[in-house]
Amino acid sequence: MHTLALIVLAPLAGFLINGLLGRRLGERGVAIVGCALPLAAFVLTLQAFASLLASGAPVQEVAYTWAQFGARKLEIAFYLDRLSGVMTLVVTGVGTAIHVYSVGYMKGDESYARYFAYLNLFLFFMLLLVLGRSLLVLFVGWEGVGLASYLLIGFWFSDPEKAAAGKKAFIANRIGDAAFLIGMFALWATLGTLDLPTINETLARGVGAAVPVGLVALMLLIGATGKSAQIPLYVWLPDAMAGPTPVSALIHAATMVTAGVYLIARLPALYLAAPDVALLVSAVGAATALLAATIAVVQTDIKKVLAYSTISQLGLMFVALGVGAYAVAVFHVVTHAFFKACLFLGAGSVIHALSGEQDIRRMGGLARRIPITFATFAIATAAIAGLPPLAGFFSKDEILWFAAASPHGSWLLWAVASLASLLTAFYMFRLLWLVFFGSSRLTHEAEHHLHESPWIMTGVLVLLAALSAVGGFFPIPHFLEAQLPLPEVPQHLAHLQWPLIGVAVALALAGLAGAAWLYGGDGRRAQGMAARFPAAHRLVSAKFYIDEIYQALLMKPLLWISDWVFLRLGDRLLIDGSLDGLAGLARRSAGRLSRVQSGNLQWYVLFALAGIVGALLWIWRHV
Amino acid sequence: MDRLSLLLMLAMALFVLGLLGVIVRRNLLVMLMCMELMMNGVNLSLVTFAQQHAEPAGAVLVFLIFVVAAAEIALAIPIVLLLSRRRHTLDVGAYSELKG
Repeated sequence: MHTLALIVLAPLAGFLINGLLGRRLGERGVAIVGCALPLAAFVLTLQAFASLLASGAPVQEVAYTWAQFGARKLEIAFYLDRLSGVMTLVVTGVGTAIHVYSVGYMKGDESYARYFAYLNLFLFFMLLLVLGRSLLVLFVGWEGVGLASYLLIGFWFSDPEKAAAGKKAFIANRIGDAAFLIGMFALWATLGTLDLPTINETLARGVGAAVPVGLVALMLLIGATGKSAQIPLYVWLPDAMAGPTPVSALIHAATMVTAGVYLIARLPALYLAAPDVALLVSAVGAATALLAATIAVVQTDIKKVLAYSTISQLGLMFVALGVGAYAVAVFHVVTHAFFKACLFLGAGSVIHALSGEQDIRRMGGLARRIPITFATFAIATAAIAGLPPLAGFFSKDEILWFAAASPHGSWLLWAVASLASLLTAFYMFRLLWLVFFGSSRLTHEAEHHLHESPWIMTGVLVLLAALSAVGGFFPIPHFLEAQLPLPEVPQHLAHLQWPLIGVAVALALAGLAGAAWLYGGDGRRAQGMAARFPAAHRLVSAKFYIDEIYQALLMKPLLWISDWVFLRLGDRLLIDGSLDGLAGLARRSAGRLSRVQSGNLQWYVLFALAGIVGALLWIWRHV
Repeated sequence: MDRLSLLLMLAMALFVLGLLGVIVRRNLLVMLMCMELMMNGVNLSLVTFAQQHAEPAGAVLVFLIFVVAAAEIALAIPIVLLLSRRRHTLDVGAYSELKG
């Protein structure tokens, strides 16, 4: 049985059917195909997962030998161990839920079939990424999800701003991908294999002495910062919100952006062998978590708040990876997939209800008007803020605990991550307040059309909210411990675990209280705060001018070089110039020579005579 | 100078005379006549060599060439006639239309 290959290929079949025949199937047919095949993948995953649990050994399948160089081989092989099993369940499960939600959300869009085709294509590449046994197959999936992400961000490509957002995401990802490739080359050159289990085994036994572990780990980290939107390559994710909201939920919150976390968790031996780079991983994560959380506090677009929140949460996962708590990072990936998908889909439901309004300054008081959306959004908000006993509490708390208590952790890391968590609770409850409480600030138009979303959307919301509520009770770190052991906690810190949990809960409650105090009532206090610190408010509102700095430092010189050196000097002057010059020379000389062809027979005879005489003379002289 | 050389010189003189005529004269009929002159120069050299080698086939070949030349001139004269009917001139310059 090729269960794993079928899991991967099912969404591809959906892509082909909807992509080729979508117009003939009609909306209903497209929706059935688009949802049934991911669902089939999910069912098959459950089956494969059950056999993994039963036997305890990874499920493996070699589909095809791609290339062979002597003893070295590149295989397209699939591999379902505990880590990829958990990831596949999340990808297919949450993925299917979001497909179902899209049926309602995209209803009436003129490119309905194209949407589902792209969404299925994304799922195909994501499964290739997760299930690939070789780093190369993972990389193919990695590039493929980038492509699908580009296609879906620019889904409404007739709007140039959205098309540009897609391009930005693609280019930012390409920078990371280039580093990823260099890391892969270094591994292949020194170790001679890209097979992930083999790499881990070799490095763990300490026999891969020739491998420049620092370089490889650093390059793969840069690749991960691109895909997972970490400093310095995070700038594409906020812009990626130009895509349809379910896309933001699936690709830019629940699955694709966690690929970087998955990549590092796949290669624990590599990062354990390169402790400096592991430290860098957690430093990058902590800095990103704090920076993005700060920016999220002042955003006014509902999706942008969630986008920065995603970046911040991914930062926390990187902190966990850096301190060696890989299983905890994956745990947070899973719970984050639940509550962030729920939040994004809830935001989609709000946007849907308000006929496309995304500005939270023109919302408010929606709690009674769209009660199901409100209830699910509130649960997911509480989950991400870390209120017990919801999902986010468990995973985030473990991250904070290991940030402090792991041998690779430090109190500074804990403090930064805790501050980010406090801000998370604050901006999420701010969002909740501005959207659902207080007085209505809707435009008259939006007020008129206000309606709760159809059951196909709210049903998915309820499902995801339920998962956000109980997801923390899935014993994922424990389940993964067999494969990804947690770091040893020093004896003298063990007694601090409960106090730290108390601090984390207190921080979440503080965030809640702060948001309630500032934004409760008419929101005058919040405006007062903004007015009291105008410089800080302006700096944060402008997202620390990072986009502008990149524009000035990278884009401008690149554009200048492209324009002057490559276009004007290289293309127009050298290439076009030489070709045009040769063509002009031929044309001018032909013009001169054509005068010889005067039409006068007697001249022709004379030329022929001259030619014959010349030839005879030459023969006489030389033969 | 023996007879052979004299005859060959005469043949060459005929050929060159004809060639000059073709190149410098502008009247189509005169150009045709000059071409005949060139051909007769060649014919003369042919019989000369035939006699030198005591080979009668050469002389016979010359008669065949006469026949072909007659046929050729029978074609060429009507063409010239048709041309002159179209343009009312025998000047070769009037027909220089095949130029670049």
